[in-house]
Amino acid sequence: MAATDVDVFSSEEKRSLSLGGHVGFDSLPDQLVSKSVTQGFCFNILCVGETGIGKSTLMNTLFNTTFENEEASHYQNGVYLRPRTYDLQESNVHLKLTIVDTVGFGDQINKEESYKPIVDYIDTQFENYLQEELKIKRSLFNYHDTRIHICLYFIAPTGHSLKSLDLVTMKKLDSKVNIIPIIAKADTISKSELHKFKIKIMSELVSNGVQIYQFPTDDEAVSEINSSMNAHLPFAVVGSVEEVKVGNKTVRARQYPWGVVQVENESHCDFVKLREMLIRVNMEDLREQTHARHYELYRRCKLEEMGFKDTDPDSQPFSLQETYEAKRKEFLSDLQRKEEEMRQMFVNKVKETESELKEKERELHDKFEQLKRMHQEEKRKVEEKRRDLEEEMNAFNRRKMAAETLSLSQPLKKDKDKKN
Amino acid sequence: MTTAARYKSRVFKSEDSEDKQYVGFATLPNQVHRKSVKKGFDFTLMVAGESGLGKSTLVNSLFLTDLYKDRKLLNAEERINQTVEITKHTVDIEEKGVKLKLTIVDTPGFGDAVNNNECWKPITDYIDQQFEQYFRDESGLNRKNILDNRVHCCLYFIPPFGHGLRPVDVEFMKALHEKVNIIPLVAKADCLTPNEIKKLKDRVRDEIERFGIKVYQFPECDSDEDEEFKQMDKELKECTPFAVIGSNTVVEARGQRVRGRLYPWGIVEVENQSHCDFVKLRNMLIRSHMHDLKDVTCDVHYENYRAHCIQEMTSKLAQDNRIDSPIPILPLPTPDAETERLIKMKDEELKRMQEMLEKMQQQMHEKDTC
Repeated sequence: MAATDVDVFSSEEKRSLSLGGHVGFDSLPDQLVSKSVTQGFCFNILCVGETGIGKSTLMNTLFNTTFENEEASHYQNGVYLRPRTYDLQESNVHLKLTIVDTVGFGDQINKEESYKPIVDYIDTQFENYLQEELKIKRSLFNYHDTRIHICLYFIAPTGHSLKSLDLVTMKKLDSKVNIIPIIAKADTISKSELHKFKIKIMSELVSNGVQIYQFPTDDEAVSEINSSMNAHLPFAVVGSVEEVKVGNKTVRARQYPWGVVQVENESHCDFVKLREMLIRVNMEDLREQTHARHYELYRRCKLEEMGFKDTDPDSQPFSLQETYEAKRKEFLSDLQRKEEEMRQMFVNKVKETESELKEKERELHDKFEQLKRMHQEEKRKVEEKRRDLEEEMNAFNRRKMAAETLSLSQPLKKDKDKKN
Repeated sequence: MTTAARYKSRVFKSEDSEDKQYVGFATLPNQVHRKSVKKGFDFTLMVAGESGLGKSTLVNSLFLTDLYKDRKLLNAEERINQTVEITKHTVDIEEKGVKLKLTIVDTPGFGDAVNNNECWKPITDYIDQQFEQYFRDESGLNRKNILDNRVHCCLYFIPPFGHGLRPVDVEFMKALHEKVNIIPLVAKADCLTPNEIKKLKDRVRDEIERFGIKVYQFPECDSDEDEEFKQMDKELKECTPFAVIGSNTVVEARGQRVRGRLYPWGIVEVENQSHCDFVKLRNMLIRSHMHDLKDVTCDVHYENYRAHCIQEMTSKLAQDNRIDSPIPILPLPTPDAETERLIKMKDEELKRMQEMLEKMQQQMHEKDTC
């Protein structure tokens, strides 16, 4: 049977065979490359830093184009993120670049909530990807991946140390995204001060347990350059899109009365190093790390929250299906219970209202009876009075008649007397 | 309250004794000069702004001394909940026989915490305290040795990394502009090209006007000043806020040893007028307007504080009195006889009407009962 065959196979040691001739599977990487080139690449950068620190200028300088954006004002009420997507092309490689800006970061007087919108944004991108992954009908191959691959944290060149806001924000972000700290506007720090500043920043990051992105040193082709670059973190960069004539070349630079700071001059600033590391050497590794480390961490936390586990109390591996079925049953029974509860409540309420209404009816009835009785009493009294009155009237009439007849007979009597 | 007239030194010509019109009080300025040199001067300067903007470096550069030895700077995690402190450094410096007792009031921790709500309160409280102390001393019996600790000037450092004033800058200046002379400065100006400096200065000036912040205004020139002076004054006014650079180190530039900052791409000279406005600031603060700053503090800010204090005290007194007496006592203007008479008349009328009402009520009551 197929099952036993597989079992036998895995218990054997894998043997390496030598090939008799050229088979041709060494073209596999090339196939992979051509597939990914046709698919196009996608890269998402998050720039975190104070207003005016040079985020947009650095992006323009890095990608050697002008991404349109307006200057932000310092008077935002809170921090909000502004993602912009651009399509770039270099030789035959398409890059869908998303740059996310933090607008209003560091401007408020009370910055305790400043990190929240950033963390929420990163989590939302992870959540969208997770939703797509969990769909029944899903299309991951042409899903526009908006997860942040790299966060460039811009440090203000004070020359002393990190700011308190920087420390707090980086601690919240280090488990969610690859962070590369850079010193912005580095043309305001002299060489000796820069050296001290870099050491201070790195020691503060280490002593507070902030995990920044380390360039990978496991691949021999790039390990040497990566490890030497790791020692230069954080990069001190200067950005500029203006061109200045130096000697007989025109280079991107900043012109001061005392000299010209050339962006691509390695002795002036670390811009070239940043570009090498970020774009030319480690871009793919950044995407991988985001997917393999940060996204997996998010996914695990999220699913654990929902109650999924990899192994049940007896250490037997659960399959997702069973867990799902169990969850579903639980959910349905929950629903039913709630329905019952509501029905009970409804019935109780109806009974209550009914009894109340009955009470009221009885009261009304009693009142009605009472009123009727009163009414009858009154009627009787009135009847009595009427009869009394009638009697009086009759008595009076009789007396009157009697008196009249008496008076009539009296004069006759008198006449009779007179005649006699 | 206007500021006192600015003092200029005049050249005093000696007249020969034949000129009988000459009385001699033209020597008064010299006498004032002599006495003031003997007495010595004092000046209190406050520096405020976030950490890392170069405040200490600038103070050292301004007064060419090392005021801040062995300073301990806090780490980022210690600063998360930091409160603002007020520290004072006093030094006695002397130049050509003129003694100056300089006090620098520093505000470490301002704007460094994550939640900076009302972080300017310790500073306003400190300034009020100095005013109160001076007020009390001034109103006391023995006024010989009053120590003047009032803050004469506050240099506020605006970070050059942004696009203009930030909310915390606006709130701070609005809380302090009626208590102290504020001079806003653009710090670390060596990170801005000349175009960017101009844009930022225009921006800051606009925003200061828009938010109604009253920064220190240079006094107007007298009309009989010479043109050169007027031109300089005009340039000075158009240059605000000054974009400054400070340095603790001396470097070699163009064959001279100057205070500056050494970069791979050039040397920034602190005292080079085309590099930054440091020289303008120093001239304004020390060489020409120091006394004016003191005058404005005494005549305007302190007097406002004093008037406010006195008004509060008298209104409190009036409130207490009102509870005791039935007739309201007018607090400040004395009640004149006319109003008193009218009040008495009205009172009697009221009493009569009340009695009539009572009588009528009684009558009605009697009618009801019988």
